[in-house]
Amino acid sequence: MVENVRDLLKAHEGIKREVYLDNENSTMVPQEVVDTMLPYYNQQAYGNPTLTHKPGWEAFETIMESAQKISKFMGAKILEEITFTPGATEANNLALMGAAFANKHKGKKIVISEIEPINVLHVTELLQKFGFTTTKIPVDNEGFLDLEKLKKAVDKETALASIATINNEIGTIQPVKEAVEIVKGKNPDALFHTDASDAYGRILFNVQDLKVDLATVSSYKILGPRGIGALYVKEGVNVDKILEGQIGTQKLWPGVENTPLIVGLTKASELAFEDFEANIGHMRMLRDKLVDGIFAKLTDVKLNGAKGDKRAPDNANISFLRCEGEALTIELSLTGVYLSSGSACSRRLLQPSHVLVAIGRRFSEAHGSILMKTTRYHTEEDITRVLEVLPIAVNRIRGIVGSTGVD
Amino acid sequence: MSRVPLPYTQKVLDLFRNPKNLGKLEDANVISVAGNPACGDMITFYIKINDRAVIEKISFESYGCAANIATASIVTEMIKGLSLESAWKDVSWKKVTEEVGGLPSVKFHCGILAVGAVKRAIRKYYEQKGSAPSWIPKELTFEEKQALEEEELAEKLSKRLKATEEK
Repeated sequence: MVENVRDLLKAHEGIKREVYLDNENSTMVPQEVVDTMLPYYNQQAYGNPTLTHKPGWEAFETIMESAQKISKFMGAKILEEITFTPGATEANNLALMGAAFANKHKGKKIVISEIEPINVLHVTELLQKFGFTTTKIPVDNEGFLDLEKLKKAVDKETALASIATINNEIGTIQPVKEAVEIVKGKNPDALFHTDASDAYGRILFNVQDLKVDLATVSSYKILGPRGIGALYVKEGVNVDKILEGQIGTQKLWPGVENTPLIVGLTKASELAFEDFEANIGHMRMLRDKLVDGIFAKLTDVKLNGAKGDKRAPDNANISFLRCEGEALTIELSLTGVYLSSGSACSRRLLQPSHVLVAIGRRFSEAHGSILMKTTRYHTEEDITRVLEVLPIAVNRIRGIVGSTGVD
Repeated sequence: MSRVPLPYTQKVLDLFRNPKNLGKLEDANVISVAGNPACGDMITFYIKINDRAVIEKISFESYGCAANIATASIVTEMIKGLSLESAWKDVSWKKVTEEVGGLPSVKFHCGILAVGAVKRAIRKYYEQKGSAPSWIPKELTFEEKQALEEEELAEKLSKRLKATEEK
């Protein structure tokens, strides 16, 4: 199997210009971030932050300073509200399971949207085994939550609601503040979690302003290292830990704190938030150039998700009719343009993206979808390059499709 | 279920990049389709069968992933020039998979779909003629059944989707 992959890699030899747009699924880590992390592996603060020696105290100081910075960036009140986890998946698991278990005496109903990420969706399925039930609130064809249905779904038994601030696939910015007001208005005891993985560093986001109880942040989505994330838990909110082990400086996540990764997340946050307006302006400008260019060069194209300023500045999700997405990702890879697809084939699941299905896209439209995210490091030349090769690739795949696959 | 990178073989990649016998065939006397766009997996074969029941020309169109395109293309190469009887008996999905140097297991269904479409075409040809030779069993073969199952699944999914929309 690895031999085949080596052959596939060989087929890419000679590519002169590469453009990586698959920032939904993983990201490159800027050298600045890596350089900041490196000393923490073997020069300083490599001790266990709970122990009584210099490297331990250094680690403790570093982690507390990081938590302080992250809490500021999220709009939290105190640094103790931040728990570092090995990623957004773990943070979402901790938020949902931990809050559900700690508050089960108040009720066993959970409310989410139909387009929550898999690491929320699947956790609620797991919670069914423990007697919790989940109501999924539908969204409209731009992906906006149906607030009326949310209002109807929340009652005295509702323990928890979880609505992502920005949908990771289609970039729709949810009216989280209104949703919190609705949930708390009907049940002041109900907790509200938001997965802010796609919002942190991309839009103005403040946990106190939104009045959420729990919020998830992902490191790699702001070009930090993989393997680290954070969960905000508002002071006074009860959450059970979900893993057992040696407790360190954090009461909600056992094990030895990963200081270099925490430093990486913090540095990536600093880079995202200094010149924040310029950063997101750059992402938006390139994203618009990309989307406008695709619409100008190709017919039978649809934008998936919200339009205008209710869309994340980095997100471009486009369906090409009569074009299968996995084939397109391979075709483009061979030209040095890397992106992902919501096609069933590409996801290697039987069904295409549940998000695209929820916003009313036909299966064939979902199979022909691609997802691209711009970053502050992309250049206009990158986008020009994508606009050169993408229409050629789409047209070649459409040529293979012919009149087959039109529904 | 784990998700591994799809380790397509060189042969699959070559056929994906340069598919053989692609497009419509003007003088086809049998056209057969298998799969459904809802599954993101669909193949059409255009076949010209001559009076001696030999596949004289064949071409394909494919809506699907790289494996779908590659298996459809290799099938056209494998059965061109064969008698219908030989195409029926000698071309199985396993052979097709071997011919492309192997497929990841999640992509076996692509080869199955391609062979299902061929068997459908042969059945259709004899249906058009009004009589079928004895080597065609009344019961559907494995590949034809699998193609049908995939189409039924697509139908079910589409229905469920419509039902949700109406709610």
